[in-house]
Amino acid sequence: METLVLQALSGLASASSLFLVASGLTVIFGVSRIVNFAHGSFYMLGAYLAWTLVTSLPRGHLGFWGGVIGAALGVGLVGLVVEVLLLRRIYRAPELFQLLATFGVVLIVQDLALLAWGAQDLLGPRAPGLRGSTGILGMRFPDYELFLIVVGPVVLGLLLLLFHRTRWGTLVRAATADREMAAALGVNQRLLFTSVFVLGSLLAGLGGALQVPRESVNLHMDLSIIVQAFVVVVVGGLGSLTGAALAALLIGELHAFGILVLPKITLVLVFLVMAVVLVLRPHGLLGRPQDRAQPATGGAEPVIGPAPRPLLRLGAAALLAAVVLPPFAGDYALSVLTEIAILILFAASLHLIMGPGGMASFGHAAYFGMGAYGAALAAKWLAAPMELGLAVAPLAAGLFGLVFGWFCVRLSGVYSAMLTLAFAQITWSVAFQWVELTGGDNGILGVWPAAWATPKLVYYYLTLTLCIGATLLLRRVIHAPFGYALRAQRDSALRAEAIGIDAFRTRWLAFALAAVMAGLAGGLFAYAKGSVFPTFLDIPRSVDALLMVLLGGVQTLSGPIIGAIAYTGLQEQLVRLTDLWRLLLGGVIVALVLFFPQGLAGAARARWETRHGDA
Amino acid sequence: MATLEAEALRKSFGGIEAVRGVSFAVQPGEMLALIGPNGAGKSTCFNMLNGQLRPDAGRVRLAGRDITGLAPRQVWRLGVGRTFQVTATFGSMTVLENVQMALLSHHRRLGGLWTPVRRMDRAPAEALLARLGMAEQAGRPCGILAYGDLKRVELAVALANDPRLLLMDEPTAGMAPPERAALMALTASLARERNIAVLFTEHDMDVVFSHASRVLVLDRGTLIAEGAPAEVRANPRVRQVYLGSGAMQGGY
Repeated sequence: METLVLQALSGLASASSLFLVASGLTVIFGVSRIVNFAHGSFYMLGAYLAWTLVTSLPRGHLGFWGGVIGAALGVGLVGLVVEVLLLRRIYRAPELFQLLATFGVVLIVQDLALLAWGAQDLLGPRAPGLRGSTGILGMRFPDYELFLIVVGPVVLGLLLLLFHRTRWGTLVRAATADREMAAALGVNQRLLFTSVFVLGSLLAGLGGALQVPRESVNLHMDLSIIVQAFVVVVVGGLGSLTGAALAALLIGELHAFGILVLPKITLVLVFLVMAVVLVLRPHGLLGRPQDRAQPATGGAEPVIGPAPRPLLRLGAAALLAAVVLPPFAGDYALSVLTEIAILILFAASLHLIMGPGGMASFGHAAYFGMGAYGAALAAKWLAAPMELGLAVAPLAAGLFGLVFGWFCVRLSGVYSAMLTLAFAQITWSVAFQWVELTGGDNGILGVWPAAWATPKLVYYYLTLTLCIGATLLLRRVIHAPFGYALRAQRDSALRAEAIGIDAFRTRWLAFALAAVMAGLAGGLFAYAKGSVFPTFLDIPRSVDALLMVLLGGVQTLSGPIIGAIAYTGLQEQLVRLTDLWRLLLGGVIVALVLFFPQGLAGAARARWETRHGDA
Repeated sequence: MATLEAEALRKSFGGIEAVRGVSFAVQPGEMLALIGPNGAGKSTCFNMLNGQLRPDAGRVRLAGRDITGLAPRQVWRLGVGRTFQVTATFGSMTVLENVQMALLSHHRRLGGLWTPVRRMDRAPAEALLARLGMAEQAGRPCGILAYGDLKRVELAVALANDPRLLLMDEPTAGMAPPERAALMALTASLARERNIAVLFTEHDMDVVFSHASRVLVLDRGTLIAEGAPAEVRANPRVRQVYLGSGAMQGGY
């Protein structure tokens, strides 16, 4: 009994911390519709800044609390800079592009933090006056946790007061409910967006700063919190402050008790909760249906036609080079080329659902990983030869694509994307925690190609044939009636339904097809590496796929191909050149978003079209 | 037999009864106009006919077959074409492709993964566009088309499945007056030619009285008049609704 009470209290403390971060995220989304990936970075910055301030200021109440407040304000200032320099320019850009931009900020902040504070974990002092613990039902409970439990509701109360009792708050609520209408009524959007973003960043910074006495400050704080914060925001309903509070409470407590009941389930629990909530309530607990999501690109999507001649020539030349040159390449170059071919297919498969399908997926790695694990498990438990393994991979992934897709394609926009993330995390934690079957963190080793395909060059040609073949097949599908039906439901759901197109079925099958292709890529990847690990289906890999597609350009068919090559090449080169590759990559991404908002292929096409008149 | 029969349709939104027991029938080849002041329930009525809204009570029959509660795409399969008050076309496709999509769907060939669309149903789509005077626009993307042309594209799309019934919600809204008359004359001649029953709502009384063969007048969810254009125009109740105390009733 006592344990349960203490567990509930510690659940409340985590809920409180979680709410601080999530509240900022949800307020920002509500007004600006920006899915701010960098919110976790602000949280991390808050922690680092607080650590520096608290350890350098004189000890005592003033030093500590002053440091915490100072850190929060400092992060607010960083938020101001980011908003004015970057986000302000891309509010009209498609949602996913904003996501890409904020992800660039994540990378930049990571390396800047590394430069400023180093790689080692930092331990901060405990809060003065809250170092002890209080007896509760005969057990000791830390005072600082009790303090945190109070902070959450206090901040919620203050925010509600701010939003309901001030003119500014009324404007924020108005903009959250209907941005266009608020603008039409003469609300100064610039000022409003900037101030909201600063407030949100400040809350994230405060959340991070308050963690200093509780846990070590490190470079992984950003991504670990952002995923949880997203979950909270989505479960609560995007833009809903009370919803976020409710969701934080739900998830904090579930986490606390989940550990008691089934320690193994903790990793997956939050995502299971999110999946269940979204299946039952497609707009979260307290969310309202979003106003019709703007088309993925803001304006009308371009028409697709047969590739222009120069592009065909360029493609043919590249393919020729990819066929003729490798015999002269070394083993390392062959590995890189093999990987690029695989990633091209991976990116192209995601592009099918993002471009023509108009859906976003934050969890496409699930199907890549499922293909890899399908092949590896078949090799490990059934001693399946490579040929069979490569057949199992797309089938296994496709099967899961059918099951998960059935839920995901019912939702729209960010909710749908988050559900794909939830399913991906669920499969990841199964791969990670079902040690008996998957070997857990140690992965499955010894997934080798058949004897004939063992030479690196042969395996490269095999990969090239399958990946380019599958990518061209996807291209063909996009030009065929099915691909047109997919675009039709994206362009106008109303018209599609009115001419007999079953939008749900079309999206669902496209999702499954994308999963099949990602699975094939994953299977090839498994044999290329000789092993599979849970990292094959973790979040960074999903993000990689997203970046490749967005970098290349969602609207063009050659986009994912160019994106995959550019991204892999860039990363490869940067990693070799410098330790600060994240900083550079982040900078490049931000620059691309600002200057090539249609992606590389999109920009190339725009130039081509202006030079040659109408397309 | 009547092409479409609506029988005692009812629909409420919360406490508001938008449509209260409306019955009517549309005959083949007939241009039936459904008019009434704003808020009379025209669009609600319309959306119940092709399955976008489910009526609270009442039945909809298409050539004798009960289609109440079917999804819009199923209703379309039974031969009902529809145009929208605010045009809905596929902006990333050309005019021709928009029509091809409707034809392909009609022929149940939308599952195809191999043959490119540009080689499918091209000739009939071009023929249809030519009939509507849109042949020259065939290659232009719908995303950049003028509004009047979009209305024609919608009509072409709606005609693609050889419909026996056309539902047109404010077909001429947003068009210039000469364009309006041309589009309605075209619709009327197509209806006669192919024996299609046409039901349309309209705000422009010139369009209604010069192109409708029969007129239904809806006010606050009930039918208040029905008959030939001249009769309806002379009907005192209709005059009152439209002109009398228009300010109080939200008419114009």
